[in-house]
Amino acid sequence: MKKFISLNSIAVPLDRANIDTDAIIPKQFLKSIKRSGFGPNLFDEWRYLDHGEPGMDNSKRPINPDFVLNDPRYSGAQILLTRRNFGCGSSREHAPWALEDYGFRAIIAPSFADIFYNNCFKNGILPITLSSEIVDSLFSYAGQISIDLNNQTVKTDNNTYTFEVDPERKRRLINGLDDIGLTLQNESQIRSFETEHFAKFPWL
Amino acid sequence: MPQTLYDKLMSAHKVLEQDGSTLIYIDRQLIHEVTSPQAFEGLSMAGRKIWRNKSNLAVPDHNVPTTERSSGVSSISDPVSRLQVETLDKNCETFGINEIHMNDIRQGIVHVIGPEQGATLPGMSIVCGDSHTTTHGALGALAFGIGTSEVEHVLATGCLWQNKAKNMKIEINGELSENVTAKDLALYVIGKIGTAGGTGFAVEFCGNTIENMSIEGRMTLCNMSIEAGAKVGLVAVDEKTIDYVKGRPFAPKGENWEKALKYWRTLHSDSESHFDESITVDANLIKPQVTWGTSPEMVVDINGATPDPELESDDVKAESIRNALKYIHLEPNTLMSTVKIDKVFIGSCTNSRIEDLRAAASVAKGKKIANNVKLALVVPGSGLVKKQAEEEGLDKIFKEAGFEWREPGCSMCLAMNADKLDVGERCASTSNRNFEGRQGQGSFTHLVSPAIAAATAIAGQFSGVDS
Repeated sequence: MKKFISLNSIAVPLDRANIDTDAIIPKQFLKSIKRSGFGPNLFDEWRYLDHGEPGMDNSKRPINPDFVLNDPRYSGAQILLTRRNFGCGSSREHAPWALEDYGFRAIIAPSFADIFYNNCFKNGILPITLSSEIVDSLFSYAGQISIDLNNQTVKTDNNTYTFEVDPERKRRLINGLDDIGLTLQNESQIRSFETEHFAKFPWL
Repeated sequence: MPQTLYDKLMSAHKVLEQDGSTLIYIDRQLIHEVTSPQAFEGLSMAGRKIWRNKSNLAVPDHNVPTTERSSGVSSISDPVSRLQVETLDKNCETFGINEIHMNDIRQGIVHVIGPEQGATLPGMSIVCGDSHTTTHGALGALAFGIGTSEVEHVLATGCLWQNKAKNMKIEINGELSENVTAKDLALYVIGKIGTAGGTGFAVEFCGNTIENMSIEGRMTLCNMSIEAGAKVGLVAVDEKTIDYVKGRPFAPKGENWEKALKYWRTLHSDSESHFDESITVDANLIKPQVTWGTSPEMVVDINGATPDPELESDDVKAESIRNALKYIHLEPNTLMSTVKIDKVFIGSCTNSRIEDLRAAASVAKGKKIANNVKLALVVPGSGLVKKQAEEEGLDKIFKEAGFEWREPGCSMCLAMNADKLDVGERCASTSNRNFEGRQGQGSFTHLVSPAIAAATAIAGQFSGVDS
């Protein structure tokens, strides 16, 4: 997994609450059996003026000039700033795959949906929860933002905000650790749990 | 110490704890074609094996056509969809996983076939790369949706890391009026607590309304608990649960059945157990519901109207209302009963079981769909639901009323197969999400119960059953 230690970037302000994973990556792109290549179709229905389908040459499609991701001011931004309950709905991991493939490494919002939040950590993306008031102030700030996972801080020119993150998730993200490999270090404990579990519940 | 049902289920599956995270053992993983290919690929690349083949059960459901498909996978005309189903078949064969194939009579939507086959049992821990896995909590199972990396993790380790959720009790008492169903109750609750109201919580539904509710109704309710953001939706095991499970193919038999019963009867929250939050709902007050906007929380009574953003004091909410009304082409203060529809979809893991089809058929019986309704689809949740419905003559009722009677699958709930709405089309749908573009880009979805969907198909505009 990709490491996340720190990041210095401007943020794309996507001013909407309850953005669902269907909006992040529409269903027609879920037919892919690959993990990569979803970036050009991130927010497809908002980003382009035509109907997107897999296999299209996205560079030739008409873009929606009103959609913030298409604003040249935010080109190359690695932080997405948005509103509450980001990533609700479908469990599709294609959503963080698309965000990561596009170039986002951190998302700041007042709250996230559970499954999406979890999926971010598996893909080297840091979801940061800050209060609605702080998010409001970040929406009116256009400068560089520095994120430091080790110290759990988000810095603007004038302010430093701290955020909470589960220590185990933080450790894995900072070190880019492989979840499965780590879990399998407990193989004998899982085996002995399993033996006991099936003795107790023999119908399983 | 008294425990909630969720606490009991978590502790029964706890392998170990580390820095506040719990490694839990997974008894059952359900697999479908959309969220699994990358997980199998990851296993292959790392040279890893499946931890326990028997825990897994696979079925293709999202991409399958609902029209004639007797020639099997080759009848999927979209090559990308076909490849995904073929990939599932190939992976299950390579890794030795039990798969119910596309043309097997037992095939259907993963959340319908799990309980139907008895592959979902009370007390189990169940995951699937699909958010609507909360459905299975209706049988007193610890069930939730996961992402593809976690699908791979469960395949390889038989376990999953979890941070413990808080406990929320939603107690519902009273009698639901005629033609008010579990779906209306679910939408009503989401309308009250919002799509993030359950975030971070394991929600348990209880109260005499739930006690009197059928298992299929409980599944509808638990299915929709993810639309309130909940980690899981749970109902305690009772005699209805046990009657439902008995005799199903994967259910225990003989001595094991007796042992299982003894355990399953302990699967309820203890009387003094602590809930971090409690909500009470009066079932008597609930009317049939219809969503007006682009989030399941944007819901009103069928006799209600769209909201006026000018009257909303929260700026973010007012903006959401404006966005939703603009997208869905409705003005503020529009009576839903005046809104005409183009298509009707009866199906999905929320509402495609036999009771749902009976409810819709009883409304459609002897009637005809309105002239403005271009297509009214009935898509049973599984081949077995379809068979049962045909034995009861429901297919004839639907066909005579002008509905199309289709093969089982997810269909127009998320429109990954050929069943979708065109730009600007408006649909009364028994599915679970009314997000922008959910049923087709630029289309409008309104969530309703099966009875209301049928009544709406006949009226051509949103309608209660009696009017």
